Amino acid sequence: MVKFSRGIGAKTLLFINELGAMGFLVFETFTMLIFKRPRWYLMFYHSYRFGVRSQPVILLTGAFVGMVFAAQMFWQLHKVRLDHGVGPVVAVAMCRELGPTICALMIAGRVGAAITAEIATMKVTEQIDALRALATHPVDYLIVPRLAAIMVCMPILTAEAMAMGIVAGFLLSSNVLGIDPYYYMENTYRFTEALDVYTGLIKAFFFGIIIVFVSCYKGLTASGGAEGVGRATTNAVVTSSITVIIFNFFITFLLNAFFPKI
Amino acid sequence: MRGLDLTVNDDESLVLIGRSGTGKSVTLKSIIGLLKPDKGEVLIDGENIVSMKEKKLIPFRRKMGMLFQNAALFDSMSVEENVAFSLREDRRMKDKEIKEKVAEALEAVDLAGQQSKMPAELSGGMKKRVGLARAVIGHPKIMLYDEPTAGLDPIVADSINKLIVRVCEKYKVTAITVTHDMTSAYAIADRIAMLYNGQIYFQGTPEEIQKSSDPIIYDFVNGISRDLPVLEL
Repeated sequence: MVKFSRGIGAKTLLFINELGAMGFLVFETFTMLIFKRPRWYLMFYHSYRFGVRSQPVILLTGAFVGMVFAAQMFWQLHKVRLDHGVGPVVAVAMCRELGPTICALMIAGRVGAAITAEIATMKVTEQIDALRALATHPVDYLIVPRLAAIMVCMPILTAEAMAMGIVAGFLLSSNVLGIDPYYYMENTYRFTEALDVYTGLIKAFFFGIIIVFVSCYKGLTASGGAEGVGRATTNAVVTSSITVIIFNFFITFLLNAFFPKI
Repeated sequence: MRGLDLTVNDDESLVLIGRSGTGKSVTLKSIIGLLKPDKGEVLIDGENIVSMKEKKLIPFRRKMGMLFQNAALFDSMSVEENVAFSLREDRRMKDKEIKEKVAEALEAVDLAGQQSKMPAELSGGMKKRVGLARAVIGHPKIMLYDEPTAGLDPIVADSINKLIVRVCEKYKVTAITVTHDMTSAYAIADRIAMLYNGQIYFQGTPEEIQKSSDPIIYDFVNGISRDLPVLEL
């Protein structure tokens, strides 16, 4: 029993310690982002890596999530002859929940893993020490440009995922499921508001920040050679995915408090 | 380390020797602020850097250059980008000037024309030389070498030793080298300090250490193991 309590205590202390270290990292990064001269070439380079090169994955997943959601909704709503409700339900869900969440999970897997693997490898091969020895702050050089890039790319990628999901849902509904395209579009326009889109984009912005901080933190604290790099990468993807999903719950209620839907 | 007390004079080449795990690399990393000792002071030009935060350490690190044990080249950058790194980060020089400086630094380490190669394409000795060029390009006042000849064949190791001596003479730098390669230590040292049980056990010239009859020094210098168990095959 004592051993069990000690184990719980140690884990709790470790969690609080990590939370504190992460807090310092967030503070330091935002201070540098605001007050230090930006490295534009690195910001553009990471924007290309994170944004442009993630597009195929995001567009593909956005399209298939939109289609499968449209099909599921149709099969349910058809029972009560509400086929024309499929359009707005797909659009609102893509904008408010599915677009930002699916996009964040894909980015956590694709970009977050790459960030952690890269920084963790630098850590275990003394490249971060070399960076510091060359009078360069690792946070300023490694994290700030990545954060700036994701803050720009994430809302754009999410907007693309939303649009792709809505368009793919429409094409499936009108061509395969037999819903009248006119009513589908008419109802989609009628029941989808700009606020739905903004909500998704705001969420995406914060999800991007979470992914970058978790991934960078896991990379910077990696140790133990190649195995350590692998462990840090897995941890980063799992932690950022879970954090995004939990944070989504709280931000949904927070945004609803500021901009009530009902 | 416990009670380590070591002073390095201007323009001196000090070699720190000692068995593996005695804290030689830790000492070197503490001097440049990569590690912080639990207690004590590290004074650079009279200022204690131990209590300084990362941002405050930057001006001190500009005075220093460090060659890491495995060179620690940035593997996503070419040789030119690696060597030019500190100049580009400084953002005061034009690109043309930087390229000229890089060419000059690479020539000084016998790697002229290798700018476009990636670290993965280089041999161990070449990596060390690129690391050296990267460290000296900003003309530091203090150079730190962590096991500069580890893992190199004797011919390449000798060329690195000669380079270290050449760098010391050309740029008038204070050099601190950590090694357990005695050939290298004799070749580059003005003074040798031996670390033993977390303290400086001996300090003297290469000649003095060679003549020492102290059993601990004698065994280390001549590579004699008395206290290690012999494997029975």
